[in-house]
Amino acid sequence: MLTDAPLLEAKTVSLRFGRIAALDEVSIQVWPGEVLAVVGESGSGKTTLLRVLHGDLSPDAGQVLYAGRDIHAMAAPDRKWLARNEWGFVHQNPRDGLRMAVSAGGNIGERLMAAGARHWGNIRAAAIEWLARVEIPEDRIDDPPRKFSGGMQQRLQIARVLVMGPRIVFMDEPTGGLDVSVQARLLDLIRRLTHELGLASVIVTHDLAVARLLADRTVVMQQGRVVEQGLTDQVLDDPHHAYTQLLVSSVLQA
Amino acid sequence: MSLPAIEVEGLSKVFTLHLQGGSRLPVLRGAALAVLPGECVALTGPSGAGKSTLMRTLYGNYLPQAGRIVLRANGTEVDILAAGPRAVAALRRGTIGYVSQFLRVIPRVSARDVVADPLRANGVAEAEAQARADALLARLNIPERLRRIPPATFSGGEQQRVNIARGLAWPYPVLLLDEPTASLDPANRDIVVAMINEAKARGAAIVGIFHDVEVRARVADREHAVAPLAEAA
Repeated sequence: MLTDAPLLEAKTVSLRFGRIAALDEVSIQVWPGEVLAVVGESGSGKTTLLRVLHGDLSPDAGQVLYAGRDIHAMAAPDRKWLARNEWGFVHQNPRDGLRMAVSAGGNIGERLMAAGARHWGNIRAAAIEWLARVEIPEDRIDDPPRKFSGGMQQRLQIARVLVMGPRIVFMDEPTGGLDVSVQARLLDLIRRLTHELGLASVIVTHDLAVARLLADRTVVMQQGRVVEQGLTDQVLDDPHHAYTQLLVSSVLQA
Repeated sequence: MSLPAIEVEGLSKVFTLHLQGGSRLPVLRGAALAVLPGECVALTGPSGAGKSTLMRTLYGNYLPQAGRIVLRANGTEVDILAAGPRAVAALRRGTIGYVSQFLRVIPRVSARDVVADPLRANGVAEAEAQARADALLARLNIPERLRRIPPATFSGGEQQRVNIARGLAWPYPVLLLDEPTASLDPANRDIVVAMINEAKARGAAIVGIFHDVEVRARVADREHAVAPLAEAA
């Protein structure tokens, strides 16, 4: 039952920015249906790792294998095709993932049209269905996202990503800019949708509570290195590395 | 059926406190334990002796430095320490049930869904999972109006009963119970004792911490003393 291959794998990936080792021999695996959290402070390399896993940045050394294929060795159009059809990326700032002047329905529908959907009724029906799944009222379908609250924009971005039926979703601090009350709703939504769709996902967060709630496994990064990884509750309740202990002990108990 | 369902050998757990100058806190040294299917073993010993540490290690929540924890269930045998995190995650789905002392509340998830979750994870259809969760909560005297809302605002005893319902919802062959009756009134305590004995009767191997001596006498077949280690030099 556990002999299946990982869907995504980084093998001793290194990347330097000048004299700084942003990634230093990082190896991680993500299996189908699993949520992996990457935690660490800013500057730990976690967002850089996400961009290398997603193919936006090429490593100096090491490989990123998606379904067994080295994504940095393949032709750019092949990688682009995967990014459009099998991967999703949820940005921290919804403005980076949405088209702000296009209606909410259009933001969802244009992805389907780009993938070849032509039947207007079907596209609109899919948009309505996805708005409902991310708890946006149907009567907002013709409003552009700049008229939405931050939380609603983020939910729309998630709908725009998930409508394509990706096999893996990369999320960069998806609840980062939101009020705490709005965060809880978004987290519950992400938790539910990843379970329902059996999605693999990689979530970069500095918030250990987000990792605790969403992630099956957690990877802790410090200065470009993976210092600890394991089941999320094990890493958080019994941290072995000094840096993880510092992170865990720095969280305020509410 | 003579092989233990839970077999622990040579288990050692040391906490290294890096923020306290790397001081080492040994809690378990060479711990051993065997529990047969249908048997309930109560861990005893003073506070701080390592009872909870042993339980959490069995669940894969704490990672020991040495030892073997072999679980035999559903026709397979797994050393959870050798098998790694993904194997532990799979075992938690269908093999190991754990009732912790405190319920971890998830925002916006109702008590009924908290209890139905392990059923869904084991492939039970949605309607049946809901119905079985409902029946369990009803048996534990959680009224209908509470089942529909998240347990964040529940009393300690209500949260504990939700936790017990969740831990006993699926017929796990291995059950870990950490003070399951600590904040319950006598009537609810009797119900939980009956549920634990039903789990034993269907063959579950149970390890529990029961400070209530009367409860312990009613569910445990034997006691296993966990002795505190001498302070590290």
